Amino acid sequence: KSLSYFAAGRTTMEYLIGMKFNNFVLLAHDNNGGRDILVMKQDQQKFFILDEYAGMVVSGEAGDTVYFSEFIQKNVVLYRIRNGYSMSPSAAANYTRHELAEALRQKVNIVNLLLGGYDKTSNTPSLYFMDYLGTLAEVPYGSHGYGSYFTYSLLDRLHRPDMTQVEAEDLLLKCVVELQKRFAINLPSFSYYFVDQNGFGEKKVLTVPPPPLTTARAFHPAAVEVME
Amino acid sequence: MADVGAGKYDSALTVFSPDGHLFQVEYAQEAVKKGSTAVAVRGKDTVVLAVEKRALAKLQDARTVRKICSLDDHVCLAFAGLTADARVLVNKSRLECQSHRLTVEDPVTVEYITRYVAKVCQRYTQRSGARPFGVSFLVVGFDQGIPKLYQTEPAGTYHEWKANATGRNAKTVREFLEKYYTEESIQTRDEAIILAVRGLLEVVQSGSKNIELAIMEKGKKIEFLDTDQIEKYIQHIEKVREEEAEKKKKKPHP
Repeated sequence: KSLSYFAAGRTTMEYLIGMKFNNFVLLAHDNNGGRDILVMKQDQQKFFILDEYAGMVVSGEAGDTVYFSEFIQKNVVLYRIRNGYSMSPSAAANYTRHELAEALRQKVNIVNLLLGGYDKTSNTPSLYFMDYLGTLAEVPYGSHGYGSYFTYSLLDRLHRPDMTQVEAEDLLLKCVVELQKRFAINLPSFSYYFVDQNGFGEKKVLTVPPPPLTTARAFHPAAVEVME
Repeated sequence: MADVGAGKYDSALTVFSPDGHLFQVEYAQEAVKKGSTAVAVRGKDTVVLAVEKRALAKLQDARTVRKICSLDDHVCLAFAGLTADARVLVNKSRLECQSHRLTVEDPVTVEYITRYVAKVCQRYTQRSGARPFGVSFLVVGFDQGIPKLYQTEPAGTYHEWKANATGRNAKTVREFLEKYYTEESIQTRDEAIILAVRGLLEVVQSGSKNIELAIMEKGKKIEFLDTDQIEKYIQHIEKVREEEAEKKKKKPHP
């Protein structure tokens, strides 16, 4: 690889987004799974639950991501079995960062993630931004990938901590529509998760149509048939 | 037979005695016999663990004396013997449970984790400079909905059981279980609990504060019963006992 290590994992074509609100956290990831310019899967799982009240969405080098995430997952569960109570989201985040930092000078480990959770003892939601260099930041909202360049401005303008889940979904939709409009890589489908005092909800899927062409044109019928 | 000449042959563990004994292993089994009693019953859809709770010092916090531990969400165990030795083995096993999940994407079977514990125990019977573990475990859990119970010993052996006891007076409890364990007597959750409690009451002073009880039902996590719940079962057992005694009295003598 001609890229230096520092540049290697800086941006990927995958997209992760997390938003924190007063009573819940929203985590989302794109559903594309593949390498470089090839899409191998359209339903790729990038979410890993860490024991009921904390979970993370992960992006980066294929293989590294799953290996690292499963390792963290099992160690978080082991903590609960050993100690009788779960790691809080903050503890899980700091532990994850510790592992990222240790791995940094041992091997190439390109894993970027957003960890969101709900702390049952203090009844507060939290969202943590982490990258492959071992950066850890507690944030109100965060994003990974090229797509983040397009959506931070939307979040800056529109995110409010007192939003409801419906409003949060709507804000996610706005981000995703913006990606479809302005981001050259096609990311049509996203999975998103809410975590609140009841733990994680079911996975929800958001699929966005491609933006309408600005120059009106009829589709070639044969092409439409092939596509369908 | 075990006493004569034993002194010369029990210091270095890798050595057999002339008559084929591994004395340190046997002494470890003696340590187990000194530990407080633990009973396990395998029911139809339930597994029950009951242990004797030794009387605590007044100033001691009861919660810190836990003789029933869970190894994973679907496996747990009770032990008799040296608590510190048990702690080391339980810790290793908990790690192995997660390690297994990580490498093969599947939870351990009860037999696998029992075999793992037994393997560690055996290793220490063949190692110089270290003594065997003075613990015997009763490992319970579910393998795809099927309840299982295994017992391990300091020697590093393990066997599957339908019901068993270990620790002080284990023989008495086992004889009781052999007499009263039938397919009908363990059909429901309550019946399995009652059998385990009755077994323990054979050797333990009656009273819910002397018994720690945990059950695991198919598909559910381990459940610790509190003192009040245990008391209800004890009262039920005593009531049944009284009724049987009454019946015997009323029967006309032949």
